[in-house]
Amino acid sequence: MAQAAAHSQAKGQQHPIRLYLVVWAWLFILSACSYLVDYYQLEGILRYSLILLFMMLKAGLIVAVFMHMAWERLSLVYAILVPMSAVFVFVAIMVLESDYTLLSRLTFFAPDI
Amino acid sequence: MAEQAFSSLETDRADSSGLRSIAADFSSDRTAFRNVSWGKAMMWIFLLSDTFVFSSFLIAYMTARMSTTVPWPNASEVFALTIGGVTLPLILIAIMTFVLISSSGTMAMAVNFAYRRERRKTAALMLATALLGASFVGMQAFEWTKLIHEGVRPWGNPWGAAQFGSTFFMITGFHGTHVTFGVIFLLIIARKVWRGDFDQERRGFFTSRKGRYEAVEIMGLYWHFVDLVWVFIFAFFYLW
Repeated sequence: MAQAAAHSQAKGQQHPIRLYLVVWAWLFILSACSYLVDYYQLEGILRYSLILLFMMLKAGLIVAVFMHMAWERLSLVYAILVPMSAVFVFVAIMVLESDYTLLSRLTFFAPDI
Repeated sequence: MAEQAFSSLETDRADSSGLRSIAADFSSDRTAFRNVSWGKAMMWIFLLSDTFVFSSFLIAYMTARMSTTVPWPNASEVFALTIGGVTLPLILIAIMTFVLISSSGTMAMAVNFAYRRERRKTAALMLATALLGASFVGMQAFEWTKLIHEGVRPWGNPWGAAQFGSTFFMITGFHGTHVTFGVIFLLIIARKVWRGDFDQERRGFFTSRKGRYEAVEIMGLYWHFVDLVWVFIFAFFYLW
């Protein structure tokens, strides 16, 4: 009985090997692309947007396919992904804070400005 | 990250209609994560908390780097290696990235074979994963040694902002520790798979719970998470 239940659940996360190989290849390609961003010394907005783009694509592939998030029950997906929005709020707070710190340092402590 | 997972979900789960199914699950007066075993749910919650730990480190790094008046050392030059007379920027880090991604690939295959109950293939792939993980830690040790020889300390370095050393040792050290524990965890589970614990439902030493092949998937979640964290460290610390 227990084994039957375990077995039926096991079937839930069975996917063709081909899918994993394709994702694996894509992760290689995306990593090579992000390395090339540094290799060719791209600068400015182009550099930062490419770094972020490749990072998000890689993270998305790992979470969705390798970690099976794409096939998990929606309540689990939301329970894990929604709290992560707190991180973005924290980033926003600290961006404002470090701008202010930098301004204060430049105004009061910079040695030769 | 979120958008991707969501969009593929919407097409996959036409049967349960979005928010309504979540409301139904959470208000059902029973296990909220239906079809999700206790072990897997707990691993996900642990990974969520670990995400916050690593996020805090990366945010601390961002704050230090944004607010310092001293120029930040150029990671591209700091981590360059000269191989056969050619200086390649960030080459060791790139190799480490490929090694870790490959280990994630072998782990994903191991999970797949585990659910097909192919004991030997699963154990072999998990050992390959552990080997790749161990070589990653080895390369990290090499990198640390090199930087320490060049004079990088948590309180200063020859190239610029003093916080470079402290954030570098903190972030990569914490990640390397995760990889090391992952390798140990992998070896333990691989031994159980090899011995056939999950075929015989042999009870665990500490937990006394019946062994199930799901343990391999839970192990995989942890391993993929370590790879995931490296994706962010690579982007923000090494490339930015």
